[in-house]
Amino acid sequence: MRVQGRGHALDRGRSLPFSFDGQMMHGHPGDTLASALLANDQRVIARSFKYHRPRGLFSAGPEEPNGLVTVRGPWGPVPNQRATMAELYEGFCAVSQNRWPSLGFDVLGVNDLAHPWLGAGFYYKTFMWPPKFWLKLYEPFIRRAAGIGALSREHDDTPQEKAFAFCDLLVIGGGPAGLMAAREAGRAGKRVILCDEQSGFGGRLLGEREEVGGMPGHLWAAGVVAELEAMPNVRVMARTCVTGVYDHGTFAAVERVGEHLAKPGADLPATCFWRIVAGASVLATGAVERMVAFPGNDRPGVMAGGAVRSYLNRWGVLAGPRVAVFGGGAGVARTARELAAVGLPPVAVIDSRAGAEAPEGVEAPFFAGAQVAAVQGRMGVQSVTVQAGRTREKIGADVLAVCGGWVPQVQLATHLGAKPEWRDGLFLAPDGAVPGMVVAGAAAGLAGTAEALRSGAEAAVKALGLTGDVELPEAEDGPREEAPHFVDLKGRAFLDMGNDVTVKDIRLAAQEGFARAEHTKRYTTQGMAPDQGRVSGEAAMAVLAEATGRTLAETGLTTHRPPFAPVSIGAMGAGGRGKGFAPVRETTSHAATVEAGAPMVEAGLWYRASYFPREGESTWREACDREVRMVREAVGVCDVSTLGKIDVQGPGAAALLDLLYTGKMSGLKEGRVRYGLMLREDGHVMDDGTVARLGAEHYLVTTTTGAAGPVMRHVDFAAQVLAPELDVQAISVTEHWAQFAVAGPRARAVLGAVVQEVPDLPFMGCAAVDVAGVAGRLFRISFSGEAGWELAVPARYGAALWAALVAAAEAEGGGAYGMEALNVLRIEKGFVTHAEIHGRVTAGDVGLGGMVSPSKDCIGKVMSQREGLADGPHREQLVGLRAVGAVKALSAGAFLFDEGAEATRVNAQGYTTSACWSPTLESGIALGFVKDGRARHGERMSFVDHLRDVRTVVEVCDPVFLDPEGTRMRGPVEGEGNWGSPSLKAAAPLVREAVEAGGVQLSVLEPRPMFAVLPLGGAKVTLGGMGFPAPGESAAKGVARLCWWGAGQAMLIGAEPGRVKGAAVVDQSDAWVGFALEGAGAAEVLARLVPLELETMADGAVARSLLGHMPLALVRTGAGFALYTFRSMAGTAWGELEHALRGVAARA
Amino acid sequence: MRVACPLCGDRDSREFTPVGGAELVARPAPEAGAEAWDDYLHNRVNACGPSQELWYHGAGCASWLVVERDTASHEVLGVTLAREVAR
Ligand SMILES: [Zn+2]
Repeated sequence: MRVQGRGHALDRGRSLPFSFDGQMMHGHPGDTLASALLANDQRVIARSFKYHRPRGLFSAGPEEPNGLVTVRGPWGPVPNQRATMAELYEGFCAVSQNRWPSLGFDVLGVNDLAHPWLGAGFYYKTFMWPPKFWLKLYEPFIRRAAGIGALSREHDDTPQEKAFAFCDLLVIGGGPAGLMAAREAGRAGKRVILCDEQSGFGGRLLGEREEVGGMPGHLWAAGVVAELEAMPNVRVMARTCVTGVYDHGTFAAVERVGEHLAKPGADLPATCFWRIVAGASVLATGAVERMVAFPGNDRPGVMAGGAVRSYLNRWGVLAGPRVAVFGGGAGVARTARELAAVGLPPVAVIDSRAGAEAPEGVEAPFFAGAQVAAVQGRMGVQSVTVQAGRTREKIGADVLAVCGGWVPQVQLATHLGAKPEWRDGLFLAPDGAVPGMVVAGAAAGLAGTAEALRSGAEAAVKALGLTGDVELPEAEDGPREEAPHFVDLKGRAFLDMGNDVTVKDIRLAAQEGFARAEHTKRYTTQGMAPDQGRVSGEAAMAVLAEATGRTLAETGLTTHRPPFAPVSIGAMGAGGRGKGFAPVRETTSHAATVEAGAPMVEAGLWYRASYFPREGESTWREACDREVRMVREAVGVCDVSTLGKIDVQGPGAAALLDLLYTGKMSGLKEGRVRYGLMLREDGHVMDDGTVARLGAEHYLVTTTTGAAGPVMRHVDFAAQVLAPELDVQAISVTEHWAQFAVAGPRARAVLGAVVQEVPDLPFMGCAAVDVAGVAGRLFRISFSGEAGWELAVPARYGAALWAALVAAAEAEGGGAYGMEALNVLRIEKGFVTHAEIHGRVTAGDVGLGGMVSPSKDCIGKVMSQREGLADGPHREQLVGLRAVGAVKALSAGAFLFDEGAEATRVNAQGYTTSACWSPTLESGIALGFVKDGRARHGERMSFVDHLRDVRTVVEVCDPVFLDPEGTRMRGPVEGEGNWGSPSLKAAAPLVREAVEAGGVQLSVLEPRPMFAVLPLGGAKVTLGGMGFPAPGESAAKGVARLCWWGAGQAMLIGAEPGRVKGAAVVDQSDAWVGFALEGAGAAEVLARLVPLELETMADGAVARSLLGHMPLALVRTGAGFALYTFRSMAGTAWGELEHALRGVAARA
Repeated sequence: MRVACPLCGDRDSREFTPVGGAELVARPAPEAGAEAWDDYLHNRVNACGPSQELWYHGAGCASWLVVERDTASHEVLGVTLAREVAR
């Protein structure tokens, strides 16, 4: 029922229709679902977790244990929302949970009759035997019977956002203490973030009738918030719950951005998950009024006294006309007076303290030294039985206000592992529990508004080391409460109402040996419900203390862990959907490949063509077989740009490569390429690839696609840590070059169509070439076993060269081939990939033991010579396997056994790693490892794939199925190209229209020259008047800017450097794509993607970091930021930036 | 967690890859013997307290770092470029 003259939060001029369980009701703007339901006399809100007992609201705030509902919000149903936190809007739709068919009549309410058998440990004792019944019978039963809200099972499309923020002081909680702390720090010019989980600031001031600074408390709070909002150095965040405290001043917070709105705008996220990095913090989370455990204390209508006052003062609501008040202290008198003031004096005032005096000026029956012995009324309080001494009296009442005393909210202060300490009758955070955090106000155990204001201001002063006087407004003092934790009378008294844990359950746990706080919690589930025992934890530990004969100080509290409040997985995983989780890397042939209808296969983050279907082909196998024959008989073209490419330069380059590779790369001649094997230091193969010597002190290393990142890290490790004395620079050039393999008997003719003068390269030779006017590189290498070349050009020409090569190949009877054919071609030749070098094999195992140079050390060499790893018959060695008999499709991952042996693990002789149908040999073939395999060629083995149920016989053979002498790839090549004087047109890396929203503009930067400048020999490098920049800095001259780009490296943007004295120069113009993000809110947009403190960056400052999961180089420019990321990811980067831009703009 | 890279400044731990004990900096000579190599590769103090660890600032400046960190309190006591430690 509404009470006139109260309810400062409401706009009574407007009415909001809403529905609860399909019933239309009305509330006002400013209502929560809870206050509106009470105003509509809806007393039962939910059914309880285990016993399905009718439950009403206990609190008016975030600590609510009972009032969980499913809200049918704008993005679909959201279960387990606290009615006390849900802001009402027009058309708000909520439904109750855990009941069938309705709240009024719940079939599983019979559980309540069975309560003597459903106590703590019931599941453990009952559902023990037989174990196989668990999955099919017990678990489904328990899941249906016990529970709260259910998920919709629909795909969740709720838009979620994440962001990073930085400040000098984070103030957690916007009550009197938090407001004072924020104001002090804000006035001192510090960067402040003030968070409060509620929609309004003021904390208890919103629920009490108190004066602060000579005005009503809620108006004083509004005034302070207005002052803070006007300060540019303060960020005021309502509806933002700090949920976790982590190391080094990092905090997690969830902000409700659009979740509470009737019709959120199109780009507005529901929530934002903040990671806040703060130099210091003030914990001003206040206190919550705790439950007193007495018989019948879970009846709808039994409410916290403070909640009764909040509903009355803030929302003008009483849950019923007849209110009884129970407790032991100031809260009892305060509640009684508030009720009397609106003309509804309490029907009974029950004070547990013997000798307590009746509250002044309240006309009501008063009981001192009394307890509540029982509460009647299943669907809502009807009467209360009061016991004073030996006499009992039943008093008619609709509401029982319980003033149980206040529990400091110290959870966040103990997230780093500290334990709350019992001091002066309260559990408080020990000093220094979180470095840099000061606890203030009621969270520090202080009572009264005046104390809260003072301690809040002092906390800011202490946390930030401020000086100067603090101006304190005048306010009331508040005495402490002395209510009991529980009433020891017969009847069911509840503690954790969220999980239906009673006093009896805690005692049972103690009796059965689960007597430590953590054990009791796990046995009874006390404190494990969504409210985490906020209102019941202390009382439960008091029951445990009594049951075990210990003090409350000895008993302690259970551990608090993040999150402090329920956080949806979707909110936590914000930004991690689709491309935000895995950026898409596209090669330069991507568009043409898609247009050709080729299905894509993911290789790491890269997308590569699986095969290129032609008319008349209905399966991938047909296309694959045709592509293999094409390469073997004519010519094929394949995009191999995804292979990692690392440019290594300097006098120490040869020595570094000797350390990295098993082979002696220092002996490689200029213009030649060598196959190389890299070991891990433990002696196993890490990766393979090629090394090309481009100049005396200049090498190009290639890696496999998947290992490009780890190998770059490994190269950095060798250069910086193992051989820091070497004068060498290494930089990835993967993104700068587009590279295509051209293979097959007619390959040279195809080359001749795009390269006017094809050099006569020997097998494993390389040279710089003129590719239709573009400076390119040609390598004669083969991964197919055919005469083969790889041709590289800067990525801007990639699309044009791909088109020219495919056209030329088609003219020669060939065409493009994809990953499927590439795989068949290499299996036929016994070339290994990471299917074979899977981390447990040595060079000897893959038949490449001879590649470990005896004349020098290398990473992994010592360990590879250990007895167990050294080559020998005890090792599983790489072999070829050929299907024998009818079943011809072999598979990878099958086990190999001696013929006739039982197919069990102990008998396994080896396993297969790669398999395919070979159209060349017209047979199923596989690669695999077999114990002493090299000595077993010709032997028959049984092949068993347990997973796919394939059993057949295979013959062991050499892994090189085709052309073991290598004459096809090494031999002389013929064929002159039909030079068509093609012109390679440069393509822009990304074409996007600039977008503008919220005053921030995003655009793609015009491609400009970019050259990595890599100092060697400790030279002091200067460039066109610009000095080599210090870390995090850049220098500009004219259109050129020399930016620090990483350890010992710089990037010249906007000009070509030519030769630089004392430095290697590497063209990176095609590797990076630049974006401009400009406007006053640019930093706010970037904070959604970049974990950097952007606001404080100076003009011209440079940082390397992350854009989501993508590499980022960022330059602060006058108007905003220049952002650089890899060319292959530019599409994803644009999408993520635009999404962030629109999300931020939608808040305005 | 926050790690103060000597080149990049105070950064979020997501930019780094922790790799293990800083023992990996002191690679034994090839002829140092099985015991030295076993120690180098496999044996770690794993102290509860101040420890030396190797971190790679892969999403930043690409430096290898020696991070001195208290494994009990998580306090970072110092960060040095591994290149300088190795010299
Ligand atoms: Zn760094």
